[in-house]
Amino acid sequence: MTHQFPALTPEQKKALFAIAQRIVAPGKGILAADESVGTMGNRLQRIKVENTEENRRAFREILFSSDASINQSIGGVIFFHETLYQKDSSGKPFPDVIKDKDIVVGIKLDKGTAPLAGTNGETTIQGLDGLAERCAQYKKDGVDFGKWRAVLKITDTTPSTLAIQENANSLARYASICQQHGLVPIVEPEILPDGDHDLHRCQYVTEKVLAAVYKALNDHHVYLEGTLLKPNMVTAGHSCPKKYTPQEVAMATVTALHRTVPAAVPGICFLSGGQSEEEASLNLNAINKCPLPKPWKLTFSYGRALQASALAAWSGKPENKKATQEAFCKRAQINGLACKGQYIVSGKSDAAAKQSLFTASYTY
Amino acid sequence: PSRAARRVAAPAPTMTHQYPALSAEQKKELSDIALRIVAPGKGILAADESVGSMAKRLNQIGVENTEENRRLYRQLLFSADSRVKKCIGGVIFFHETMYQQGDDGTPFVRMIKDKGIVVGIKVDKGVVPLAGTDGETTTQGLDGLSERCAQYKKDGADFAKWRCVLKISENTPSALAILENANVLARYASICQQNGIVPIVEPEILPDGDHDLKRCQYVTEKVLAAVYKALSDHHVYLEGTLLKPNMVTPGHACPTKYSAEEIAMATVTALRRTVPPAVPGVTFLSGGQSEEEASINLNAMNNCPLARPWALTFSYGRALQASALNAWRGQRENESSATEAFMKRAEVNSLAALGKYEGSGDDSGAAGQSLYVANHAY
Repeated sequence: MTHQFPALTPEQKKALFAIAQRIVAPGKGILAADESVGTMGNRLQRIKVENTEENRRAFREILFSSDASINQSIGGVIFFHETLYQKDSSGKPFPDVIKDKDIVVGIKLDKGTAPLAGTNGETTIQGLDGLAERCAQYKKDGVDFGKWRAVLKITDTTPSTLAIQENANSLARYASICQQHGLVPIVEPEILPDGDHDLHRCQYVTEKVLAAVYKALNDHHVYLEGTLLKPNMVTAGHSCPKKYTPQEVAMATVTALHRTVPAAVPGICFLSGGQSEEEASLNLNAINKCPLPKPWKLTFSYGRALQASALAAWSGKPENKKATQEAFCKRAQINGLACKGQYIVSGKSDAAAKQSLFTASYTY
Repeated sequence: PSRAARRVAAPAPTMTHQYPALSAEQKKELSDIALRIVAPGKGILAADESVGSMAKRLNQIGVENTEENRRLYRQLLFSADSRVKKCIGGVIFFHETMYQQGDDGTPFVRMIKDKGIVVGIKVDKGVVPLAGTDGETTTQGLDGLSERCAQYKKDGADFAKWRCVLKISENTPSALAILENANVLARYASICQQNGIVPIVEPEILPDGDHDLKRCQYVTEKVLAAVYKALSDHHVYLEGTLLKPNMVTPGHACPTKYSAEEIAMATVTALRRTVPPAVPGVTFLSGGQSEEEASINLNAMNNCPLARPWALTFSYGRALQASALNAWRGQRENESSATEAFMKRAEVNSLAALGKYEGSGDDSGAAGQSLYVANHAY
């Protein structure tokens, strides 16, 4: 393997690099609006709305038709397949609505988890079959980045070496295939917050997982400057009796990243993983104020932590459109400030904002 | 119930629990040492030439390779005045030199520490062949390494160096050579840290060959990725280590010539893709570059427009000492001019480590002469 057989031409590299830079431009992060049908069902059930294709379309339309100035906080939107081919009330395809606001369009590419036999309930991710053709089609249809979520869990016996290796390998294969088709791969190795482990345990596991991920990306000849990372923040498990401050979370998180993520990676877009909207913003802000060197952008790729208030405000009623958009834009702006370390808490506490969004063993 | 039935299955091997290798105090000590060595404007004098390597150096200037001559030579380097404090953060010793003294009986270790410079020690025991490969090697020295480190620490050393060697050819470096050398570097690093010693990790890819810059960059990226995976697997505390890599350069027999900026860009790109930001400093080896070349290239690294989260400085042997050796030529009366020649290169490299060296325009003499020796083994 001492000869390089270039995976990408300089032009391909340049294009991937440019896309990644646009997504994580200063003050910007990602709206993860890629909830599967099943997951949307969970969301809509909470606000007592029926899980129909039209309701899913209607909610996404409200978010996507927010004022164009949303593009100062949102650099990219991740779509679910169904949503990519839906249109707004005027008949305009959603990808065009987003692109017209100068926001990059992304697509969830994985096909969910599959069990790893012989492990303690661990999984890998499927979706590699025909992935090249799917990427090519999505690229034609306006998509410029992909997302693939691997899931690991901390218990007494997990994550096992096999789970770490297998998930890292599947992430690297997915990333390699994406780049061949001009899509920037977001690499998401989520370590679930389930459990009673403390902050240090999570940091340790995160370091091991990320080291394996970056070794796999290197082995698979992935062009790091044309990727993004979507990790969990380093936090204690949800049932851990000890509470930690945002500063402790920030220090543990940045230390772990510092020890594993090469500077060539342009941006790290955290998942919110069941944190409340406010918690997710406070932690992101603390991360950006952490005194350790931070050679990558540190921003957000939030689903629930950007949409919880908006969903509550909507409750399925078209007359609530303005209130829904205001709620969404507010969180977007706050997170835009947080990813620059400029979010100053007002002291106001919003019920929906503070509500923990944790669902045990979260799978999309 | 049978014995078999009562026997409880052992839990599956897991690495999800951390068994801390180091206490918080140990980590702080290591981190502080590393930061002192690569403080802004400072680098390392690699004065750890083995007896065999010194033979080659002294032979070139017509001096006999005796213990006394080696002592006299190191003395003139270590007698540099206080100007050296701003340029040199660490000196790597060879074992023999650790226990030698100046003319007035002051131990060399004391002379260096009194200048506020950190003392280091070469701890590897040279290369050995990897059977079944195309002339590839690994490095030995792990046996009793813990005890040796403990003793060196008592005797004044705070960092160590271990050199692995890889070579670019049609069939090399092989997957085995990369894996094995990365593993041995990680074991060495782990043992050092247990004894309060900062390990300098040196995975040298030789400049021998006719490969171009891109090939060297590709191989360097693969090697460094393997090194950092091994360090992670062995639970090494990165903030308490230093890296001593080759710069990314074309092979010595490559017909294409590259500018310092191209070398800098290729090197910094390779490092950005593989060396975690937690590593406080990258101290390049000079690998046969001339004194001036090594300074110009280092300076270009520190002016490279890509973001560099680690210090980029020098750990030079030949590229700090060639002029000094030439000025000395074994004569006591030449000692102060030899010391001055060393001081000059130290100051130049200090500027280069800050990206502020403007070049001497001086291509002649020992400074411009290529120091390349084929298939270099220390």
